[in-house]
Amino acid sequence: MRHEDTELVSALSRGDERTFAALVEAWGGTMLRLACVYVASRAVAEEVVQEAWLVVLRSLDRFERRSSLRTWVLGIVVNLARAHARAERRSAPLPPDEEPAVDPARFRPPSDRWAGHWATPPAPWPLPEDEILASELRDVLLRAIESLPPAQRAVLVLRDLEGFGAAETCDVLGLSETNQRVLLHRARSKVQTAIERY
Amino acid sequence: MNERRDRELECRELVELVTDYIEGRLSVEDRIRFEAHLDECPYCRTYLEQMEQTIAVLGYVPEESLSDDAREALLAAFRGWSQSELA
Ligand SMILES: [Zn+2]
Repeated sequence: MRHEDTELVSALSRGDERTFAALVEAWGGTMLRLACVYVASRAVAEEVVQEAWLVVLRSLDRFERRSSLRTWVLGIVVNLARAHARAERRSAPLPPDEEPAVDPARFRPPSDRWAGHWATPPAPWPLPEDEILASELRDVLLRAIESLPPAQRAVLVLRDLEGFGAAETCDVLGLSETNQRVLLHRARSKVQTAIERY
Repeated sequence: MNERRDRELECRELVELVTDYIEGRLSVEDRIRFEAHLDECPYCRTYLEQMEQTIAVLGYVPEESLSDDAREALLAAFRGWSQSELA
């Protein structure tokens, strides 16, 4: 187990409230966003986060140290949120996600001399890259993210919104590396299309 | 993709490889074909650039945070837990 995780676990075990408050602060936003992937409302997502912390505290002595504490805590959030979603009957088993990243109609047909090349190429866009997001663009992004299938959305949230690496994302969500990358690619392509239309 | 090594990538194929390319997960051969296509194709250059910009702007989406109510409820729950635990 990582050294800082050992310290965190022992601080929590002896009832150190400042450590707990600091972790709630540091990880709360990520936990909330992750829960929102699976459940219907923000209110339910907040409940899931609270529930997850209670599970964490009750199972601290069973933390197996194969992953980091953060990975373990986030994995618990995912499990609880999925269970809630099943109870809400919102998430039927998901069909395998195999649609192409870009609408096939945007490429020239097989009969064409330039088959497979762009028919409707991406329209150039001017984006203020390193400025605070214009609120309109932010809304476009948030809507695009919300409309992603949960598996894609969860990967995008961890990788591109929360800045996690591929390995921890796989651990939290229980994905293979390849699958993680496929989901990430689908998700990014859809967001890209949404920005292109905006 | 190995079976297609003898010919150039189509745009339709390239767009599927963009994340693998950005993540550094293409084989050397595929990366060479990918970059050879980019040299020739302004549209795919635009696509790659837009994917990179998409990733960049996603990073600027503001962080979420728990409501004050949820945070206070959690701290209260922690106190309750540690009292029963340490009692
Ligand atoms: Zn092209």
